[in-house]
Amino acid sequence: MQKENIINTGTDKRLLSIYYTAGYPTLDSTLDIAEQLERSGVDFLEIGVPYSDPVADGPVIQRSSQTALENGMTVQTLFDQLQELSTRVTIPVFLMGYFNPVLQFGVENFCKSCREVGVTGVIIPDLPLYEYEELYQETFMKYGISNVFLVTPQTSDERIRKIDNLSNSFIYLLSSNATTGKNLHVNNQAELYFERLKSMKLKSPLVIGFGISDAKTFQKATDYATGAIIGTAFVNILGQQNYQDKIEGFINNIIFPAP
Amino acid sequence: MNKYQVNKKGYYGPFGGAYIPEMLYPNVEELQGKYLEIIQEESFQQEFNELLHDYVGRPSPLYLAKRLSQRYGVNIYLKREDLNHTGAHKINNTVGQILLAERLGKKRIIAETGAGQHGVATATVCALKGLECVVYMGEVDIARQAPNVARMKMMGAKVVAAQSGSRTLKDATNEALRDWINNPVDTHYIIGSVVGPHPYPDMVAKFQSIISQETKRQLLEKTQNDSPDYVLACVGGGSNAAGMFYHFLDQEDVKLIAVEAAGHGVESGESAATTALGKEGVLHGSRSLLMQTADGQVIEPYSISAGLDYPGIGPQHAWLFKSGRGTYVSITDDEAMQAGLRLTQLEGIIPAIESSHALAYLEKMSFRGGETVVVCLSGRGDKDLDNYTKYFGL
Repeated sequence: MQKENIINTGTDKRLLSIYYTAGYPTLDSTLDIAEQLERSGVDFLEIGVPYSDPVADGPVIQRSSQTALENGMTVQTLFDQLQELSTRVTIPVFLMGYFNPVLQFGVENFCKSCREVGVTGVIIPDLPLYEYEELYQETFMKYGISNVFLVTPQTSDERIRKIDNLSNSFIYLLSSNATTGKNLHVNNQAELYFERLKSMKLKSPLVIGFGISDAKTFQKATDYATGAIIGTAFVNILGQQNYQDKIEGFINNIIFPAP
Repeated sequence: MNKYQVNKKGYYGPFGGAYIPEMLYPNVEELQGKYLEIIQEESFQQEFNELLHDYVGRPSPLYLAKRLSQRYGVNIYLKREDLNHTGAHKINNTVGQILLAERLGKKRIIAETGAGQHGVATATVCALKGLECVVYMGEVDIARQAPNVARMKMMGAKVVAAQSGSRTLKDATNEALRDWINNPVDTHYIIGSVVGPHPYPDMVAKFQSIISQETKRQLLEKTQNDSPDYVLACVGGGSNAAGMFYHFLDQEDVKLIAVEAAGHGVESGESAATTALGKEGVLHGSRSLLMQTADGQVIEPYSISAGLDYPGIGPQHAWLFKSGRGTYVSITDDEAMQAGLRLTQLEGIIPAIESSHALAYLEKMSFRGGETVVVCLSGRGDKDLDNYTKYFGL
């Protein structure tokens, strides 16, 4: 078993990524969930690093973060748990979290730890382009950690080009300008935006996130992009009794929708 | 002026910047690109100054507090921001930002508020301009600041309870930021303090700088000298202090003293003394000093004064502290309450508990005698009467 370090874009498969919060619903659930997701056919993972003030998140992910913190999850605890990552999971794993916990852990220490445990890259919504380039790009590159940037319907073409140049795994395309947990409505405006991105022929694969919750929205999104990310809808499953028994069914319904 | 002012990239030394998710970038970039140009326009300046004069009631008096002065053997001047319309310095900023929002073509205004002073000041200017207004306020604060909630509602604002986290100012700010993410085109966010992503700290400081601009002119008239020995102001996020210090920053012989809230004591675990307890961190879009755990989770601060109850401090203050230009000290709940009562009984002025923190530090200073001291009386104590009467068993 070999840990994959890049997302596999070599096939026509619509890539499915799942987001969930580390330490939720229980402190030790992080890797068990990762294994189950891989077995169910998920292509890559985003594991959320919980933060007290997640401004880009809606109520569901906010609550999962709060519970995870109450469960005792910290950046160090997460890296301790991820020591077993490479032996238990082969699909690429990204960490998604806010900048302050990373800053306190030490950006260099964080990148180094990511590399040691086999994390492919990170998504830090509140670490913007300018600050990344000026202060941290060198460190990320030193440890070979991809930094994934977000693009919204309001992001200018010029800025998208710049983001494309700085990206080395994928671009995280937000379905709309919104916090997490809203429903995707693919209307004319969204279609125009997805088409615009597609026609830019960027070097980085596009993965659409925010608002993807089921087979229908997943299919819609992946008509335009290499893959799509489901977060809130899955975190909702984790909040239920016997969630372990529901993961495979949830994923199956997305990958193999009933006709 | 450069040394202590923001640079082109939005930084004060290592502090500041715009640590925002991409969803906020277009809004913040628009502000960064246009705020200086707009506020320097003649028509803007004219309307701003007119409103400050006729609506807010500026210039606010600089009052020589004789009996208070006698107590310390110095000349203490109070900059009477408490006499502004709506009762505090907060309105200087909201008047400025509403004019800016109008010129940016925004139709909808959002704001966060802790004790409700900034919320009231925002609702006020929205009523004045006929703009839709949504104020986020922690559920806990809504319960303990009922009169200000009523004021906002009377002025037509919608008050939305922030139910996440600890349900106070920090969480109200999170909710306002989430609203802005979800309404990227037609909405302007009026931040109430010198916090947030660049250009907010500089923009709010500029709107509040009227405080020190007037103070210098008034001092010159009264004493033939526009340089006091000391300038004192309380600091939560730090907007009244930023305005009170602004035109004195380059006069290094003027000592700037910023007073934080120590709550039950700096080491008590219930405090809001950010420079004493904070470490460098990022919250609400800027890099500054922040009260946080070793793991980088934000700590909920405590102060008897809801206006100082914030876990961070504006990036310019972090820089004034770190560079040594400002002296940052703290005052406990008890010391502040005593100072509030003292001013009331010596001068017949009931100060906001926030301002009482600045007044309380006079007790701890050693004067040689005859110095000129300016204290920013940032707000009036009407909103705190409940607190004062309970505390003193009146």
